[in-house]
Amino acid sequence: MNRALWTLGAFVALLALLAVGLRLNPREVPSPLIGKPAPPFELPLLTEPDKRFSHKDMLGKVWIMNVWASWCPPCLVEHPVVTQLARAGMAPVVGLNYKDARDEALPWLKRNGDPYHLIVADVDGRIGIDYGVYGVPETYVIDRQGIIRYKHIGPLTADVVETKVEPLLRELNGG
Amino acid sequence: MIPELGQFALALALAVAVVQAVLPIAGAAKGNAAWMAVARPAAQAQALLVAFAFGCLTYAFVANDFSVAYVAAHSNSALPLHYRIAGVWGGHEGSLLLWALMLGVWMTAASVFSSHLPDEMTARVLGVMGVVSAGFLAFMLFTSNPFDRQFPPAMDGRDLNPLLQDPGMVLHPPMLYMGYVGFSVAYAFAVSALLSGKLDAAWARWSRPWTTVAWMFLTVGIALGSGWAYYELGWGGWWFWDPVENASFMPWLVGTTLIHSLAVTEKRGGFRSWTVLLAIVAFGLSLLGTFLVRSGVLTSVHAFAVDPRRGVFILGIFTVLIGGALVLYAWRTSRIGLGGDFAPVSRESFLLANNVLLAAAAGAVFLGTLYPLVIDALGAGKLSVGPPYFETVFVPLMAPALFLMGVGPLARWKHASIPELAVLLRWALAVSLAVGLLLPLAFGRWHALTGFALALAIWIVAAALISLKKRPRGSRAHLGMVVAHIGVAVFVVGVTLVKTYESDKDLRMKPGDSVFLAGYVFRLDEVGNVKGPNYVAARARISVTKSGEPVTVMYPEKRLYVVQNMPMTEAAIDPGPTRDLYVSLGDPFEDGAWLVKVQHKPFVDWIWGGCLIMALGGLLAASDRRYRVPLPLRARAQVA
Repeated sequence: MNRALWTLGAFVALLALLAVGLRLNPREVPSPLIGKPAPPFELPLLTEPDKRFSHKDMLGKVWIMNVWASWCPPCLVEHPVVTQLARAGMAPVVGLNYKDARDEALPWLKRNGDPYHLIVADVDGRIGIDYGVYGVPETYVIDRQGIIRYKHIGPLTADVVETKVEPLLRELNGG
Repeated sequence: MIPELGQFALALALAVAVVQAVLPIAGAAKGNAAWMAVARPAAQAQALLVAFAFGCLTYAFVANDFSVAYVAAHSNSALPLHYRIAGVWGGHEGSLLLWALMLGVWMTAASVFSSHLPDEMTARVLGVMGVVSAGFLAFMLFTSNPFDRQFPPAMDGRDLNPLLQDPGMVLHPPMLYMGYVGFSVAYAFAVSALLSGKLDAAWARWSRPWTTVAWMFLTVGIALGSGWAYYELGWGGWWFWDPVENASFMPWLVGTTLIHSLAVTEKRGGFRSWTVLLAIVAFGLSLLGTFLVRSGVLTSVHAFAVDPRRGVFILGIFTVLIGGALVLYAWRTSRIGLGGDFAPVSRESFLLANNVLLAAAAGAVFLGTLYPLVIDALGAGKLSVGPPYFETVFVPLMAPALFLMGVGPLARWKHASIPELAVLLRWALAVSLAVGLLLPLAFGRWHALTGFALALAIWIVAAALISLKKRPRGSRAHLGMVVAHIGVAVFVVGVTLVKTYESDKDLRMKPGDSVFLAGYVFRLDEVGNVKGPNYVAARARISVTKSGEPVTVMYPEKRLYVVQNMPMTEAAIDPGPTRDLYVSLGDPFEDGAWLVKVQHKPFVDWIWGGCLIMALGGLLAASDRRYRVPLPLRARAQVA
């Protein structure tokens, strides 16, 4: 009898674990950068290589940084979502063109539309390393003090924008 | 119209399943023969209805009906016909329908091959299977309907995942599900026995062939999945300890344990309580596997579209079926009683050790698979458990089990004598030690663990031959056991040799370049373009020579499946009994060179060969005639 009760107890513990597991998302990898200042950078613009842009230019603004490349099919998948997010106008979306060639990135934008506030070119991926980019596309939300508040790895979906990004932007813009 | 018919058939099947779940069990409790008689026709009608629904979905795939959301998501008009048919189980909803179909097949089999069982037993077994079926049909209809329409209809489908466009993948899920679902029969027998309160040798005898057949399918299913991963994922690995692989491996381990424990229960009446528990756990782990794959609680290469609602539903099914059975078990277990006693050295105690080791191995896999979830649930961080953990715990548990595999079948029931066993096995021991010491030298490099593993394999084969010699006219069940054990030995040889002596090279090659590996020269002749039905590919021509003699020409491909814009490495493999040559094509460089990976894998095919021999052993054992004839009078008297 005792042994059977042990078995039941173990089963109930397993059920509890699985029930808790349902509420977690194993794909959500916490970034050590969240809550930390965005790594500094200064890069040439993709469209006008003689002009440069620095993270300091955005201080005082809530902004979004979207890492993309023309060689990355999932970037094409998320492009409509990024476009919609940019059009909503809640925050400027800065593109970080990652390890890409200018003469491929520009036609890509021409084909698929350019929703970005501006785009910087990280040709050798140096800045990507500072940001810990490991799965393009990636998207960061950075607040007025230049602190990273949210990071999404992989293509943005309408669902993520609605449930995570937009509420956060509203909170940051309101405060 | 056809999809609606399919959906209607599913709804009817659910109604029949509910009737089948309620009336026969109630009838068996009340002794109402009319209610019990419902079980057989209900089971068969239900199987027919599900088969009809399955036919409807297949038709929607064949006819490219992209107004059905599931078809639009998993097929494409350019997809060849055989993959359109396989696409039926290429996603979550359709694979559940396949699950239900398999359950229908098992129920029909149970209703046909149960004429020698008492009516109460048949009614209870089919009733319990009705409960299982009702749960899964409701799951499908309420959360994952494969017949849902979409409006407007898609112009064309999004195509079947290119990874699944492969003959191995066509057969892998049906075999695996036959195994998973097959354990529901052993489960149903166990629950029925608990309901009736009669857990005796007769019950074990009825369960044995069903358990063995389910185990056989699961063995083939896992082997197919592993073989598929080997040649389709393009880099030559064959087992990854991925959560979903583990999800199929745990029921296999517990099923293997159950087969051995059932032997004791049938022959000696021992281990009864433990056997019942194993039967429940084996099916429980099958359900847990379904939950892990489809709820998205663990990350895995087998990414089914996940939906938390589905997770909740499967968790509900899991709770009712396994929780219910365990409560019943707790309630009845005090009545089960003990079997005949046995000496510390006896076949019973060897089988007990086998059970402990296999169950511990299953527990170790279970722990490693769920540990990331535990840590995440405690909020203590994210981590993953990889092959080093599994290999470290698994090998020390399996080594003694392999040793016992040689001794156990030769030991006498109840009381065995060590000197007698020693005399029987002295040659086996000598031969296996000699082979373990010398054979690795033939491969050029001696390695202690390799020698040890090879010695164990030879030990198993030698002991199996001795046991055949001792019982030349043994039953098919005995022959099946011997064959399955030899299969394990073959498997061990394959794993050991490929792990120790495989070699590979990654390099950039231009047409005309050659590379030397393990005695073979691989020369890249040219790289051309080819066009398939739904992909475009770069195809390399690589001629292989050994000491100047031509061996083979290999054509590895780098494919791009155009609909999903998904690149795939299609490796070229030259299989052989003692080695596979494995070439995969990586990415091109700008100057016309290609990244090429060449691999030499000695004895790798023995891994799957071993699994097939194990399955063959299972088939032989299950076809033993004593499972087909009615019980002898003496056993009947025991049942009554």
